[in-house]
Amino acid sequence: MTDTLLFKDIDEPGLNTLAVYEARGGYESLRKALRMTPEEVLSELEASGIRGRGGAGFAMGKKVSFLPHGSIDKYLVCNADESEPGTFKDRELMQKTPHMLIEGLIVASYAAGATRSFIYIRGEYVQQADILEAALIEARGAGYIGERILGSEHSLSLVVHRGAGAYICGEETGLLDSLEGKRGNPRLKPPFPANQGLYQGPTLINNVETLATVPAIIRMSGAEYARIGTETSTGTKLVSVSGHVQRPGNYEIELGIPSRELIYDLAGGPPAGRSVKCWFPGGSSAPVLTAEDLDVPYDFDSLAKAGSMLGSGAIIVVDDSTPILDVALKTAKFYRHESCGKCTPCREGTNWTVHMLERIDRGEATPMDLEIMASVQDHIIGHCLCVLGDAMAMPIGSMIAKFRDEFESHIESRRLSALTPEPGPITAGATA
Amino acid sequence: MSQPATGIRGWDVPADLDKDPATIPDPARTPVPDALRQEIEAHMALYPDRRSAALPALEAAQRVHGWCSPEAIDQVACVMQITPAELDAIATFYDMLENEPVGQHSVYVCTNISCSLCGADELYAAIRDAAGDDPAFNVRAFECLGACDIAPMASVDGVYIGPLAPGDVPQLLDDIRAGRPVLADKQLARRACADPKAAQ
Repeated sequence: MTDTLLFKDIDEPGLNTLAVYEARGGYESLRKALRMTPEEVLSELEASGIRGRGGAGFAMGKKVSFLPHGSIDKYLVCNADESEPGTFKDRELMQKTPHMLIEGLIVASYAAGATRSFIYIRGEYVQQADILEAALIEARGAGYIGERILGSEHSLSLVVHRGAGAYICGEETGLLDSLEGKRGNPRLKPPFPANQGLYQGPTLINNVETLATVPAIIRMSGAEYARIGTETSTGTKLVSVSGHVQRPGNYEIELGIPSRELIYDLAGGPPAGRSVKCWFPGGSSAPVLTAEDLDVPYDFDSLAKAGSMLGSGAIIVVDDSTPILDVALKTAKFYRHESCGKCTPCREGTNWTVHMLERIDRGEATPMDLEIMASVQDHIIGHCLCVLGDAMAMPIGSMIAKFRDEFESHIESRRLSALTPEPGPITAGATA
Repeated sequence: MSQPATGIRGWDVPADLDKDPATIPDPARTPVPDALRQEIEAHMALYPDRRSAALPALEAAQRVHGWCSPEAIDQVACVMQITPAELDAIATFYDMLENEPVGQHSVYVCTNISCSLCGADELYAAIRDAAGDDPAFNVRAFECLGACDIAPMASVDGVYIGPLAPGDVPQLLDDIRAGRPVLADKQLARRACADPKAAQ
């Protein structure tokens, strides 16, 4: 295993302050980057092969290169609306090493030619936003943020913007609408944010972890960074492991290690006597995998090949003591609550999926309901402006496919137990 | 848990169609506390488009009024010079903006997947029962708060605390009532990184 890049000395007292961060080499990457041209910085990012750490896994260098050239106002937005169930890696980064994020953000803005930047942080992260704001004041005082940074031609403003509790604002165009002071409804794409984003201007949007990795890439060079991990999943990744494991938490891994190593060796596996029933490899939006998939390498392409996705890098482990129906119901209710309501397939699909799962729970369902429920998922996928509906349909669809027997026996046992031993009066509607 | 009725005007509660839509409030007839006005204006100055300050402005008004009351909305609308309806649309969209009067101390209990696997539903029930109808508390079940490493957990006035057991609930509420740091040794801020490589 290579060195940790993001978690090195993360618990050092005072690392959130400028003095301690600088004492261990902080902002050296920024100085190095400002001695290079923006094009050179961009080619380092492209050479690193780093893929976005927020969920979609799109190559960061390519994303930066999509921004138009020229002197128009360009924006950089850091997506710190970490709301994907099971994900808490950005929280630990922002809380303990906020300057690493700010440094990476300045370097990325230099490569992209952006002069205004925003960190959109979810409103629930009160302490982390306070820490970021304190770090921002220090960075501004030291001349890292503002006009002509460190004597260069590059200028950048930065605002920490707090959300107020809406999962959909983690979707990039929903985030932009929210940042413009509206409801966080996703927009129709294209145009993509690189062309028309915030205030209709070209906008680069990156996740916290992606930006926080930039100083390491500049320090060690893109080519060197690309030697970590696998060919198509380069670098290290923070993985949040939670649910039925003995040591839940964030772990920095080299991409491509076996998932079993992560779940068992690092996180301690399920409690004694229990076994893994299923696991979400990339947040609750990822199709579930089972115990048979534990040896799948933890990287973007291997997980995609296994029928799921790396997503935000959040593993939720469910052990064999939990009925799959409970997991499905929790998942579906979450997406119903968070659907913005703009597109019918998502708004209605999430609602009816919850209703059908509750019918199963109440013993009112028949095996046919499983078919209907599966077809509802198929009708959501690909039919909305954003992927929130898909994000429910994919895990629910995978649960129905992989645990059909359990759903069926659940339907039958609940149906039988709903037939109460004392026969009620025969009502008019019950005549055949 | 079924979705609670939100009392949203025009949705759960019929809109009054006989009334004309409210226009931008007249500054001469809309008193706004000075501190609130200054805070909203400071937010507006940060953005190329002043409308971007809507969320921070509503949060500030909620801090003053306790919830996004019609009066609070009018005051924000007056300072920002936009219609109350635009702010209403925002206030009803975001979970942390309250559309009814609530208790002063927010206790958000995460009941999402990871926390519920670790007993969050029982925890939420225990906190609800113990808080009863004490008007000081605003106990809510919340979607994933991004702290599954301390599941099951709660956010008390923005401070993350966990892992919590139903047995912790009496002290949790006592600490809030007394204005003490809540369950100080269980606060997330004191927790070290789980990754053993980080401690080297």
